[in-house]
Amino acid sequence: MAQPRVLVIGGGLAGLAATMRLAESGTDVDLVSLVPVKRSHSACAQGGINSVNALTRQQGDNEWKHFDDTVYGGDFLQHQPPVKEMADWGPRIIDLMDRLGVPFNRTPEGFRDQRRFGGTLYKRTAFAGATTGQQLLYALDEQVRRYEVSGRVKKWEFWDFLEPVLDASGRCRGAVCQDLVTMQFRAFPADAVVLATGGCGLVYGRSTMSMVCTGSAVSRAYQAGAWYGNGEFIQVHPTAIPGADKLRLMSESARGEGGRVWVPRKPQDPRDPREIPEAERCYFLEERYPKYGNLVPRDIATREIFDICTTDGLSVEKDRLCVYLDLTHLSREMLDRKLGGILEIYEKFQGVDPRVVPMKIFPAVHYSMGGLWVDYQKSSSGGLEEGDPKNQQTSIPGLYAIGECDYQYHGANRLGANSLLSCIFSGLFCAPSVIASGAAVRKTSAEESSRLFDASLRRQEARHESLLARRGGNENPYDLHQQLGGLMTRVATVVRRNEQLAAAYDEVCGLEERWQRCSLSDTGNWTNQNVVFTKSLGDMFPIAKLILKGALLRDECRGAHYKPSTAMPGIAATDPVEQRREAEEWCDRFEANTRKWLKSTIAKHGADGHPQISYEDIDTSLIPPRPRLYGLVGGDVIEEVWRERQRAAGQAGETSPQPVAAGA
Amino acid sequence: MIQAVETNHDAGDVATAAGHGAGATSRTIHVRVLRQDAPGQESYWERHAIPYEPNMNVISILQRIAATARAEDGRSVAPVAWDCNCLEEVCGSCTMLVNGRTRMACTALVDRLLEDNSEEIELRPMSKFPVVRDLVVDRRRVFRGLERVEAWVPVDGSYDHGPGPRISPEDQEDAYPLSTCMSCGCCLEACPQYTKIEVVQREGESAEAFDARRKAAFDRGFVGAHAISQAMLFNAHPTGRMIADERLAALTGEGGIQMCGNAQNCVAVCPKHIPLTRSIARAGRAATVWAIKKLFDR
Repeated sequence: MAQPRVLVIGGGLAGLAATMRLAESGTDVDLVSLVPVKRSHSACAQGGINSVNALTRQQGDNEWKHFDDTVYGGDFLQHQPPVKEMADWGPRIIDLMDRLGVPFNRTPEGFRDQRRFGGTLYKRTAFAGATTGQQLLYALDEQVRRYEVSGRVKKWEFWDFLEPVLDASGRCRGAVCQDLVTMQFRAFPADAVVLATGGCGLVYGRSTMSMVCTGSAVSRAYQAGAWYGNGEFIQVHPTAIPGADKLRLMSESARGEGGRVWVPRKPQDPRDPREIPEAERCYFLEERYPKYGNLVPRDIATREIFDICTTDGLSVEKDRLCVYLDLTHLSREMLDRKLGGILEIYEKFQGVDPRVVPMKIFPAVHYSMGGLWVDYQKSSSGGLEEGDPKNQQTSIPGLYAIGECDYQYHGANRLGANSLLSCIFSGLFCAPSVIASGAAVRKTSAEESSRLFDASLRRQEARHESLLARRGGNENPYDLHQQLGGLMTRVATVVRRNEQLAAAYDEVCGLEERWQRCSLSDTGNWTNQNVVFTKSLGDMFPIAKLILKGALLRDECRGAHYKPSTAMPGIAATDPVEQRREAEEWCDRFEANTRKWLKSTIAKHGADGHPQISYEDIDTSLIPPRPRLYGLVGGDVIEEVWRERQRAAGQAGETSPQPVAAGA
Repeated sequence: MIQAVETNHDAGDVATAAGHGAGATSRTIHVRVLRQDAPGQESYWERHAIPYEPNMNVISILQRIAATARAEDGRSVAPVAWDCNCLEEVCGSCTMLVNGRTRMACTALVDRLLEDNSEEIELRPMSKFPVVRDLVVDRRRVFRGLERVEAWVPVDGSYDHGPGPRISPEDQEDAYPLSTCMSCGCCLEACPQYTKIEVVQREGESAEAFDARRKAAFDRGFVGAHAISQAMLFNAHPTGRMIADERLAALTGEGGIQMCGNAQNCVAVCPKHIPLTRSIARAGRAATVWAIKKLFDR
């Protein structure tokens, strides 16, 4: 039997973790990446990585609670077995990264230090300064370099994935990629292909994501027939630093270490923030969410910051929306030790020392919870069956997706510091599944394979040539991208309205039409960044359309997807009997909504270029869905009614050890 | 290498609304770029004029150039090629010479640059690496340096063996700054001993043979401050130091630490303020001790 060979696309945390595991299992790996893998977007992750640990365990924490926080924070929009498996792996993954040399911050006794992140009450987050993603990425990059030296891994850096190559049965047999320097095309036959290509922030123009996060690789898989799940769920991070070229993340760890969010009670108070007395400051998150305070889940913090600026008119500045994120009450020594990396970013780009002056921040597009639909095989214990070829496999057999580009772990809203975990977990966990899947096709003959690849190569060459040869078009791809980004940011982020979404869908179709008339300013065939960008822009439209259509059709509020017309306000009554009646009604409505909408959105690329949307039931067999009541007025009454109903239904207490309401 | 570009900023909802309060003035920024179409070709200067906006960085200037694709004299030109990714100085992509100084383009703020020289901003590719095109250079030698010193912890594998070694906060605080090295190459560009090595593929030479020949050429050159510092990072790690001798052998071999001329430029230009000269001093001491030990072990 021939030596197994797998193609991994993308060298961030997920791609490197998969590559390391595959290589360790004796599989040869071709690792394709747009940038040297050490420069991947994972480097931008700041705050930390979540897992149950020895300390939280003694405070009553366990893997089940991490699992529960993740699905509750995600508003139950995840299949539960993969999430349970991930939470179970957490401690082992932190131990592994520790062994690989990640310089996690330490306690005086030399143990790993932990901090608290949003959506949990435990200090689960291990961290390495405020550059945890960079440190984890480097540790994996180093291990993969070892395998590169030994010849097991071959890196193809500055290469672009163009399409998966499918055989007559629809199975993925490899891919066609392009060298971004020489612009040459190359076929990569493989037993299986793993996509680890991250999020699609550039569909929104400026975001906290890196410039490679165009979503084009995922779009190419989607256009080749892979299903896309939960596209409308886009995380808008509550705290980013606005900038002309990108919106830079200000990590949740700033709040995890005690940072406080506030605005002056007097609109646009012109005083120096340090001169404004406590009584004249509105710490709105702490006031509205006394239990979680500044560490409510991200979707909620984002909406509150957005609201206080737009609805309440309390933005710090008049011409640009922002609130204060204040660290000035914390000791400089602690800030430097635990948050140095991110404070330096603020200082470098804003020219102001955040240890002395409160930072000005505002929400920005940050993470794609949605992504390629992937399968899994549930085990008898409720987790996953390790090594089953279905795990992490897209709807195209032989094509896998891991990391941010799959849809599987974060539901309607991701908790902070869970993404690094899901990336490394899915990367490690997919390896035996990928190997098992590849074993089935390893006997392909060389001719059969070359026939298959020739067609793909010719198609990609033709697409490339036709772009270069396009004459007389008057559309500028960079202008079109800016228009797309502005539009998506306006209608498909924090607040969504059907009439806007419908209109935006038509506008995106119009932009896509205009893209056909793009003319290139560079028609050469050497390091032509112009044509590469134009191609990836063309592939952003299918993603934009499925985001908009998914959002338009989903008439409810769930996690990051918020439609005011479908919001369920809390209890208005003060009279106990009336309160009770309202709570009963609220629960009725919640149950009806769950029946109707607790489903994954599945987008399939239609032959007409429009997404075909359908819905898939969610496996909630481990933890029954319950209302997400963070800070809701009357949440305690609703919780009481909800518990009674659960008891009546005979399922209370057995599978859900957590209290229902986590809010006020 | 994917270059997304924002040409100007409308006021949308979320963060686009948080654009820039101050209105753009009609000032013009003059930019002079040293261009080169491909390896082996002549380089040439090209001038660009960009409307000034507050809070720009060199990346946003290059984005404007890409979007307009016109030189100052109105000629249509191909966009300037450059490398970037994270735009927050953590990925190490966008190193170039800005007004003659090696640095990351993303943190090169235009307002500051204009304070120093209001006439123009000059952009050049790094000079110690072969130019691929315009401001894009081939830095694979930087990563080869990491291979030479075996910059990794030699673990048995990725299967569960419990936690890593206990580490004191002092040791963590010592290691962490070294571990923030993003392989940007600034220290190498500034180093007098690190000279350019450009290997050209021969007619009929296979990709593998070319790669091997290029690596061999790299290995005869100076390994550089970044790799020396990484060697010290891993030699200080409780598991990493299990192959400390192999790293010291590499550092005392051809192109090793003896080539360091102690100019101390590296530490001055490091965007992450990594104590590179401290690493080099440590490496020097360790190499001496190791050489003597080897002498007596014979």
